[in-house]
Amino acid sequence: MPDLRELYQDVILEHSKAPRNYRELGAANRRAEGFNPLCGDRYTVYVDLDGDAIRDIAFQGSGCAISKASASLMTQSVKGKTQAEVEELFGEFHKIVTGEAPASNGKVPAVGKLSVFAGVSAYPVRVKCATLAWHTLRAALAGEHESVSTE
Amino acid sequence: MTVAAKHQALDVTTAQAPLGAYDPQKIRANFPILYQQVNGKPLVYLDNAATTQKPRAVIDAITRYYEADNANIHRGVHYLSQHATQRYENSRETVRRFLNAAEPSEIVFVRGATEGINLIAQTLGRTRVRAGDEVLITAMEHHSNIVPWQILCEEKGAMLRVAPINDAGELILDEFARLLGPRTKIVAVPHVSNALGTINPLRQMVELAHRHNAVVVVDGAQAVPHLAVDVRALDCDFYVFSGHKLYGPTGIGVLYGKSALLNAMPPYQGGGDMILSVTFEKTTYNKIPHKFEAGTPDVSGVIGLAAAINYVNELGLDRIEAHERDLLRQATESLSTIPGIRLIGTAKEKASVLSFVMDGIHPHDIGTILDQEGIAIRTGHHCAQPVMERFGIPATARASFAFYNTREEVNALVKGIDRVREVFA
Repeated sequence: MPDLRELYQDVILEHSKAPRNYRELGAANRRAEGFNPLCGDRYTVYVDLDGDAIRDIAFQGSGCAISKASASLMTQSVKGKTQAEVEELFGEFHKIVTGEAPASNGKVPAVGKLSVFAGVSAYPVRVKCATLAWHTLRAALAGEHESVSTE
Repeated sequence: MTVAAKHQALDVTTAQAPLGAYDPQKIRANFPILYQQVNGKPLVYLDNAATTQKPRAVIDAITRYYEADNANIHRGVHYLSQHATQRYENSRETVRRFLNAAEPSEIVFVRGATEGINLIAQTLGRTRVRAGDEVLITAMEHHSNIVPWQILCEEKGAMLRVAPINDAGELILDEFARLLGPRTKIVAVPHVSNALGTINPLRQMVELAHRHNAVVVVDGAQAVPHLAVDVRALDCDFYVFSGHKLYGPTGIGVLYGKSALLNAMPPYQGGGDMILSVTFEKTTYNKIPHKFEAGTPDVSGVIGLAAAINYVNELGLDRIEAHERDLLRQATESLSTIPGIRLIGTAKEKASVLSFVMDGIHPHDIGTILDQEGIAIRTGHHCAQPVMERFGIPATARASFAFYNTREEVNALVKGIDRVREVFA
């Protein structure tokens, strides 16, 4: 039986209660809406893209502790990164939340704090909560104006 | 022993013993699935509004059908086909009695409440509703009683009107009456709300709608497991429900319709069994209910549904109602004392559905933590997004009780919620 504390780590609970970069971004030149139709989670991710790099990023919306903390930590970890770097980071993050890679994988140091989501891998139905903001960010970067859905 | 005699013997040996005084523990013994551990804890199944568990009588009826009775129906001269046909049609009579319909031909077997509503929208709806007409629903609908009407209204250039609900989740009857008019062709309403538990004053609503000659379609999916339904006393024109929410199998449901309306309606799907004669020039449709049952139906599902109805009848809906009301009262009182909990749906007349939200804790997190305690509840929008919007929330946690639930399980839910608060403290 997985330990609930592995899922609801302090960092996750703290970010879900006080999410960082939680605002509308006036200067945004990219935005996308992400939506989990099964649970009603809904986030908007705003990106101020400077050439190929993320100058600033913010988000707003509502959802569970996992999805909100993931969005919050994501905004912190991708600021200043290029699109290719975001893709690489997402790849590593995805491996962590699905249990394909150990959280301590040191190959991509930028993973850093995101490894707190390793506990999600014991709860397969919650993987989509952890990845919702990421899918939304990728849609924003790709310039897709349609909303994305995790289903 | 002849085959027929063998069937009889089997029926006798698997019949339910009389249940006597209401004893949930004794009733639980009839539900094999309830005796399991989930995450190391005894299963506490409180997601009955999503689907109910099946008594041994239903599981056995389906198994026995495939072991002894299976044949295609309405088309064979041989023994098994006739026998299966008889059991299928006997089940229709069981459903007729359950709803107190006038004729068995008013009972059409469909896949579920959803298909029943779609059938009405696509047959009666398409012939009755014209540009400028109106279809009236309520603000407490399940998506299955919204989308089929939206599709119809869009096709016909008709308007979908929505009768509002108050903060307790009750229909505002005056507003409902005000929205009825000469353009109202169809009124589609739930008997019981799946997200809020509200029991609607259906008799009054039907009477109001009939004053304007509107046809009344009732979504009874959440009502039949909890209260006795008499379609003739209600005088509704259509009533639909799903078998799986009534302790029967998935994939089978019922559409009741007044025979005059069913007779006048065009068929829904074409195929075998729904015809009297077919040439390449012209097809003559079969009589009701067969006109609406194209193709080989879900015979085992129908037989399983009849077994479920027999089981419920034996328990008695009055006793079921009393027990569930007791559980609802206990749960409502307990949850009301927990700080930070807000109940969503506080109608005076309620079925045993308890939707709630917690300050600062998303329903999904509640659901995951309760699951670790072996407690199954539903979290999300319950296929009723407009209801969530009405209450300004994205989702709720919903515990829904059945006749096999116990006071101890309500206590387990309360303890589980304490655990949720610990994790998020």
